[in-house]
Amino acid sequence: MKEVINPPVRNIEDEEYHINIGPQHPSTHGVLRMVVSIQGETVKSLKPHCGYIHRGIEKMCEKDTYQQIIHLTDRMDYLSAHINNHVVCLLVERALEVAVPERVQYIRTIVDELTRIASHQLWWGCFGMDMGGQTCLLYGMRDREKIMDIFEESFGSRLLHSYYTPGGLMGDIHPNFQKRVKEFITYFRKKIHDYDNILTGNVIMQERTKGVGILTKEEAIDYGVTGPIGRASGFSCDVRKYHPYGVYDKVDFKEILGTQGDTFSRYMMRMHEMRESMKILEQLIDNIPAGDYSAKMKAVIKLPAGEYYQRVEAARGELGVYVVSDGNKTPYRMKFRSSSFSNLSALDHMSRGFKIADLIAIGGSLDYVIPDIDR
Amino acid sequence: MNSFFKYFTDIFNGVKSLLKGMSVTGRYFFSPGSIVTQQYPENRKTLKMFDRFKGEVIMPHNEKNQHHCTGCGICANNCPNGSIEIVQDKIETPDGKKERIIDKHIYHLSMCTFCGLCIKSCPSNALSWGQEFEHAVFDRSKLTKILNKPGSSIIKDITE
Repeated sequence: MKEVINPPVRNIEDEEYHINIGPQHPSTHGVLRMVVSIQGETVKSLKPHCGYIHRGIEKMCEKDTYQQIIHLTDRMDYLSAHINNHVVCLLVERALEVAVPERVQYIRTIVDELTRIASHQLWWGCFGMDMGGQTCLLYGMRDREKIMDIFEESFGSRLLHSYYTPGGLMGDIHPNFQKRVKEFITYFRKKIHDYDNILTGNVIMQERTKGVGILTKEEAIDYGVTGPIGRASGFSCDVRKYHPYGVYDKVDFKEILGTQGDTFSRYMMRMHEMRESMKILEQLIDNIPAGDYSAKMKAVIKLPAGEYYQRVEAARGELGVYVVSDGNKTPYRMKFRSSSFSNLSALDHMSRGFKIADLIAIGGSLDYVIPDIDR
Repeated sequence: MNSFFKYFTDIFNGVKSLLKGMSVTGRYFFSPGSIVTQQYPENRKTLKMFDRFKGEVIMPHNEKNQHHCTGCGICANNCPNGSIEIVQDKIETPDGKKERIIDKHIYHLSMCTFCGLCIKSCPSNALSWGQEFEHAVFDRSKLTKILNKPGSSIIKDITE
């Protein structure tokens, strides 16, 4: 007699379902693959898979001289290219104990802040588009274009500038530079009100972001989350305040800290940062001292044997570079501590228990740049 | 009663915030003067790039078909990607000395990352940036360019 085996009853409601977001998905802002385990619509866990745009920049740096490394750092976090250049220049100058002219320091600080505003403008546009507002992208891009024009006139290119060089700058700023920056500040002070009217006060955006993706201060410190995301959680981590470089110790600006640590708090943090950056620009732009645009450097730069670490505040958080030198003209080992990579590690924790639509909002507020994660 | 009141204030505030946003877009909709978009392929004739724009590396020649390049190869050494190749040639000067001159300055535009180290490092300022940016071609070999023009020679006298 044949035995009848009843198949076990499957309770589909309890089962987890895996869904791939990316690698080609507009909300990942690049080629990032996230394996999201969901139950119904609720995110249970999330595994980011990096490496789709890994180019081996750290390894490539080992064959390049210190002047040549600059153009590779542009290609990590391309939205804050100048700040990436700055960190390598600062490291080389500190290792060789070169006194950089004051004019160079002023110009570098101004250009860094312009880069930060441009990066946040693009983020604002993309974040608005993630929330379903196409208008935001167009307005963000329109205002960023003003900064791109300033860059194009002075440094020759719009995105990847390679403008800083160890010891100074590749060339002097354009005669129109100061005039155009002042024009931009008056222009953008008006336009940032539009940003608030369109998106900040919008009821749909507030409903979708308030109380979503909460990261507490302790968790932010544990995950090494820095930049606007860390500050939104109340973690005071501004490198410009704690380890001043350039002329940040001479200007007056506030490090604004949030309390909520949710997506809306991260949004507001970047809006405040744009206003603070404009304040820094206003203090510096009229006071650029005369002088050389570069210190005298040898044609072949050799760092003394040893280990060096330097950090700056990029648009997304702390960017560090660690160099081991054996006394040759190329570094023995180079390691970048990129802010996007550390920030991404907290995404799993932030998105657990929220809906999959909230994941897009949380990811948008993280503002990761994928080439910076993969390098 | 309280929740009933809140229900209507929420609706009112929501509509108010939406209208606030719509007023911004509406303002731009009815003021076409604020449009910043360029009609790119149509405005090609009037489009002028900035003087410092990094379009491509060029070697300026004067009207006598002469340039400044000595063929020393410093630009090729400084290039991070190997996009410059120098082919040298030896000639015999009238007073019997052998001299190295440049035969071909080969520039691979397809490998160039526009970092500007070749231009900055050139001891005789023979290279500079060109403002041409429409580089799209159907054949990749067209992106390899020889920068010194055929039959060109070096500017010997500094006053020339």
